[in-house]
Amino acid sequence: MAKITLEKLRHSYMSAPQGPDDFALKQIDVDWNDGGAYALLGPSGCGKSTLLNIISGLLIPSEGQVKFDGRDVTTLTPDQRNIAQVFQFPVIYDTMTVRQNLAFPLKNRGVDDHVIASRVGEIAEMLEVTDMLDRRASGLSPDNKQKISMGRGLVRDDVNVVMFDEPLTVIDPHLKWKLRSKLKELHQRVKATMIYVTHDQTEALTFADQVVVMQEGEVVQIGTPVELFERPAHTFVGHFIGSPGMNVLPAEVSEGSARFQGQQIALEGAINKGASGRFEIGVRPEFVTIGDTGIPAKVRKVADVGRHLVVEAMVGDHKVAAILNDSAPSQGDTVHLNFTPAHTRVYADGWIATGAAS
Amino acid sequence: MKTENQKAWLFVLPVLALVAFNALIPMMTVVNYSVQETFGNNQFFWEGLTWFEQILRSERFHAALGRQFMFTALILVIEVPLGIAIALSMPRSGPWVPVCLVLMALPMLIPWNVVGAMWNIFTLPDIGLMGYFVNHVLGITYDMTQNPFAAWVTIITMDVWHWTSLVVLLSYAGLVSIPDAYYQAAKIDGASNWSVFRYIQLPKMKNVLTIAILLRFMDSFNIYTEPFVLTGGGPGNSTTLLSIDLVKIALGQFDLGPAAAMSLIYFAITLFVSWLFYTLMTKDDLN
Amino acid sequence: MKPRSLVPLVYILFLMLPIYWLVAMSFKTTNEILSGFSLFPQTFTLDAYRTIFTDPTWYWGYINSIIYVSLNTVISVSVALPAAYAFSRYRFLGDKQLFFWLLTNRMAPAAVFALPFFQLYSAVGIFDTHLAVALAHCLFNIPLAVWILEGFMGGVPKELDETAYVDGYSFPRFFVRIFVPTIKAGVGVAAFFCFMFSWVELLLAKTLTAVEAKPIAATMTKTASSAGYELGLLAAAGTLTIIPGAIVIYFVRNYIAKGFAMGRV
Repeated sequence: MAKITLEKLRHSYMSAPQGPDDFALKQIDVDWNDGGAYALLGPSGCGKSTLLNIISGLLIPSEGQVKFDGRDVTTLTPDQRNIAQVFQFPVIYDTMTVRQNLAFPLKNRGVDDHVIASRVGEIAEMLEVTDMLDRRASGLSPDNKQKISMGRGLVRDDVNVVMFDEPLTVIDPHLKWKLRSKLKELHQRVKATMIYVTHDQTEALTFADQVVVMQEGEVVQIGTPVELFERPAHTFVGHFIGSPGMNVLPAEVSEGSARFQGQQIALEGAINKGASGRFEIGVRPEFVTIGDTGIPAKVRKVADVGRHLVVEAMVGDHKVAAILNDSAPSQGDTVHLNFTPAHTRVYADGWIATGAAS
Repeated sequence: MKTENQKAWLFVLPVLALVAFNALIPMMTVVNYSVQETFGNNQFFWEGLTWFEQILRSERFHAALGRQFMFTALILVIEVPLGIAIALSMPRSGPWVPVCLVLMALPMLIPWNVVGAMWNIFTLPDIGLMGYFVNHVLGITYDMTQNPFAAWVTIITMDVWHWTSLVVLLSYAGLVSIPDAYYQAAKIDGASNWSVFRYIQLPKMKNVLTIAILLRFMDSFNIYTEPFVLTGGGPGNSTTLLSIDLVKIALGQFDLGPAAAMSLIYFAITLFVSWLFYTLMTKDDLN
Repeated sequence: MKPRSLVPLVYILFLMLPIYWLVAMSFKTTNEILSGFSLFPQTFTLDAYRTIFTDPTWYWGYINSIIYVSLNTVISVSVALPAAYAFSRYRFLGDKQLFFWLLTNRMAPAAVFALPFFQLYSAVGIFDTHLAVALAHCLFNIPLAVWILEGFMGGVPKELDETAYVDGYSFPRFFVRIFVPTIKAGVGVAAFFCFMFSWVELLLAKTLTAVEAKPIAATMTKTASSAGYELGLLAAAGTLTIIPGAIVIYFVRNYIAKGFAMGRV
């Protein structure tokens, strides 16, 4: 086990990158603490798989360093780094039995036969595949195949990190949930550092203690699921996490106060001095309420999504979503919107620009 | 799932008609000849299974069959591993790959008698490139019209030259269809190069290799034109393979009865061995 | 360069040597060929090619070969298409047996069929025509084409057929307008193999022709035996038989590897 440090990491798939747009990873500095459960979250093409392959050693970064417990491993091969990785599609050795599949990584490292037998038994037990140990792996269903792939990742107890690259892509929805909770449970039992790559916010938020959100080759925020939800550091995080995502509204800022459609908006704290660029107000639909006074808006749509109602209202040309628990206005009504000040912030060029409420 | 539909026969009908015309009618002619004796003038006499008995007991047939099996076995033992090895050493992608594949496929597109003629020219002792090189640079006496061993070396080399590319192309097709994740997982699992070959590449190539081995077996077992043009079956009878012997009997001696009986026995052996190969190679898939 | 990439290079070199020798010899004078060993043509001559292109028995050999090979390719692929569709989409009485029987026809030694073929095609009165050879080659090309096309069609989801019917396509229109274009790579690969096996076969082609449809390969054997051993001429004719194959293979270069992988046993 080890603490993993990424320092000034940059990567380009081109041989002679010109501008920042040629880089799949622009500049990454992240510490992954020993034993943590991390999720790496971002839309397709944001560079998360590239980052994963750099940590595992399948890819050597153009610039920067990867350190395991302070030791530079940037140019070491995957087996020298002693890591495990589970891929998007199940990778199993067709001609072997399930038992031989699970034993394979240990056998290659010359582990004693009785140690192998006990480790394989343990892992099979955890994954609930004991009854199929002697079957040919090629005949299994996709979810069982993926379990075996995970098992091969977890069977070594000395790995520095176990990485999962969107491992539930090929799994049926009803089994996804089961496998995810299994993983969470396994993390608590084996205490290995785990990095879980996904573009699905539910998967990330349920699995991880810490979520690393990436966009266009950059890390935009690292935090617990609660932090990401309550205080997004970037409008992208606010928008990407949550359903519906955070309302991001154009704002005019002058003399320390923010206005939206001419109305002054109360904020969580003071706007940072020196903040400049394009200003926006961000407020999650959960913190938009309807009252007798406030910003006038016209209700365009009301959707009942089960536990609550999602109201879509227009303020001028701008759409504002609100989540309401009880009675809601009907379509066409004119209402007044209020933003809860403790959860209302100003963003400058996408980045948060208000001080936290003390 | 496929749906049951007897009208599908209509789609198959043209194929059936054309192949049956070419296969069944000549086959019946052959069967007909195989049980009769003729002295020309379209007069035929019933002979029953005499020809079959005669062929199966004849030393000449045994010798030709033995040479045929020897040839086919050597071909498979050389071409299959060599083809796999070449396919493994090819890059998985790159601008040179199509160029290599085209060059490799070239020998397969040359008419078979040209292949024979070409190797004849190539191996002529004093004026052929290979013949000159072996005789005058290496100093080994080499003349396939005199020495049976030289003749065998030549027809084997020619067939390796002609058909190894088929194994290369098929194996390569199997190899490039393996997703990168398999190689990455193997790296992470600490697998050796041998393990990668044994547990990933070989199993994934199994289907195409089955096709390769079957095609190579059938075609080498039925080979006629190339060795006929190259050695004419000689020197002596040393390279008279089954087909060559058959044509000698049928057209050279015009012994239609024995030739027909021999054809049927020959066909039955080809069919049986192909079936055996196929069953052995796909046995694992059934359980 | 990695030492491993030398393996294909050495192999290709081995493949090219006999071809080089054939080509080199075609540019040598008869005197030079017979007088001894020379690595390159000493007096470069186009005489052999001039002979071939001015003598009708020679160049008609090429035209005949190309006619029956093209004819065979068209017949084989067009009848194999519906049959392969039937095998890939439907179950019907005797389908597996039929498929296997088709494949066994590839196993029959051509030598076995030579004489009966001669009698059969003489009896129906098409001996010494291009059609005779084209039809005879169907024996081994149709099974191969069905096999390759079935492999490609198996990879096309059945939903495509269903969507087309829902959209109101009739079967023939769907088949020609949508289905065949979807598997055009497979059609290319199948056509390539039909062309190849028809082009390289000699025994049946020679048996079924005399004058009118005589293939180039047969003209060569005749020349080799009758006109003494004219090696230069033989080499030039041989060189010219490589060209059509090389042209065809160039067109399908990106499919050869894949096409094989998609066919199945």
